Amino acid sequence: MDALRRTPLHARHAEAGARLVPFAGFEMPVQYSGIVAEHRAVRSAAGLFDVSHMGQLHLSGSGAAASLDRLVTCRTSRFALGQVRYGLLCNEEGGVVDDVTVYRSGDQSFFLCVNAANIEKDADWVRRHLAPGTDFENRSDATALLALQGPASAALLGSLSDAHPGELGRFRFAEFLVAGQQVLVSRTGYTGSDGFELYLPAAGAPSLWDVLLDAGETLGVVAVGLGARDTLRLEAALPLYGHELDDAGSPLEAGLGRFVDLDRGGFVGAEAIVRRRDAGHDRQLVGFVLDERGVARADYPIFHEGSEIGRVTSGAPSPSLGKSIGLGYVPPAFATLDTPLTIEIRGRQIAAHIVKTPFVSKGSANVG
Amino acid sequence: MGDYELPATLRFTANDEWVRVAGSRITVGITDFAQQQLGDVVFVELPETGKSFDKGEPFGVIESVKAVADLYAPVAGEIVEVNTDLSERPEAVNEDCYGDGWMIVIAVADAAELESLLGPDEYSASVAARESDH
Repeated sequence: MDALRRTPLHARHAEAGARLVPFAGFEMPVQYSGIVAEHRAVRSAAGLFDVSHMGQLHLSGSGAAASLDRLVTCRTSRFALGQVRYGLLCNEEGGVVDDVTVYRSGDQSFFLCVNAANIEKDADWVRRHLAPGTDFENRSDATALLALQGPASAALLGSLSDAHPGELGRFRFAEFLVAGQQVLVSRTGYTGSDGFELYLPAAGAPSLWDVLLDAGETLGVVAVGLGARDTLRLEAALPLYGHELDDAGSPLEAGLGRFVDLDRGGFVGAEAIVRRRDAGHDRQLVGFVLDERGVARADYPIFHEGSEIGRVTSGAPSPSLGKSIGLGYVPPAFATLDTPLTIEIRGRQIAAHIVKTPFVSKGSANVG
Repeated sequence: MGDYELPATLRFTANDEWVRVAGSRITVGITDFAQQQLGDVVFVELPETGKSFDKGEPFGVIESVKAVADLYAPVAGEIVEVNTDLSERPEAVNEDCYGDGWMIVIAVADAAELESLLGPDEYSASVAARESDH
């Protein structure tokens, strides 16, 4: 087995006493003070995440836009400079190679932010689908990525910036001077709370990390690990590749139709996604809340009236709801609100019911 | 690894449980090291009183946000008391693992089995051995 890779902030995590675990080939902090406390800090103040393990794949040149049209499912028309879009890379069968955010950084330049576990797979996939006249560069190692998430993020970032990142709209980005460093600031995140993602050269990451935590201390800003990142994204019902998404499942089954521009078409997998939709999907992703104590974890079986109908893809106790929540695939006939389910947890059937997702939006609980 | 508390008056198992011996009865919980490793405990599943377990047999389950772990009977015996408060306040395991976070009391079947329990030094050596595997 290969040695675990480290982000530019590894020493900071070790000094802070974070619990470090292997994740996607990197040694990453799963928690600092505790998952629940970190989760609550993001919902009430703000949290700072090191997500430098994620990858950045840059496309530029006269063929870059055409390459993107072929690669990603999302709308690519009227894609303005400084705009970010969420989309999927799909394979010929309509399965998901990865879920990505796409940044338009110039007339002929774009980059994709991709999942750490998929960097090599995506880089290979993208290279194989480039239109003529496209330059490709994998800048994952040279790029650090911090996420500052939570309602206090805009105030904290604004206090350290040469301009007003708080005026960026959702899914917009721009370059700012933050604590003396040139940083690409994006109004995006993976938590269901307001926030920013900050891209900068790897060497600058430790000083930016320090200044954000120091300046944020009075606001209640804390370092947050991957444990709370997972519970936060689950409350927001944001999919995690390898759990809700994989090389086989269609993005429509995962409820991501609004990120799949079938009117445009022309991307890899478009025909298969339509064919599978027209044939009728045999499963659909739903959110559920447990009615009893327990934690429904990934791969636990889902039952309805005594018959197994699906599997949990993600589950965790929700600090915002005070209940256990989860996502899982069930046949479309059962994918209706309030459908009673049971989740098999260590041989016992624990009652649950289907609810509307996200469980939490704009930082507040949606469901009871 | 950070520091963890290890009361000198207790005995321990290699499964990260602590044991307080009082005559033929023992009180059982998980160690400070174990609760730190688990993180925020959200659910503790314990047996009913009157059930008997063999030494090393799983008697319950503890779940944190990220992990689920079995709890093992340190010695054979019958459950005579269960900390039912943990169903409402599982976080007591994090806050006070050697006090309010206790889990069960066992009437020990064979007192000779208590000899197999570890002292604090032996237990910390077992933790150190596991930590050095990383």
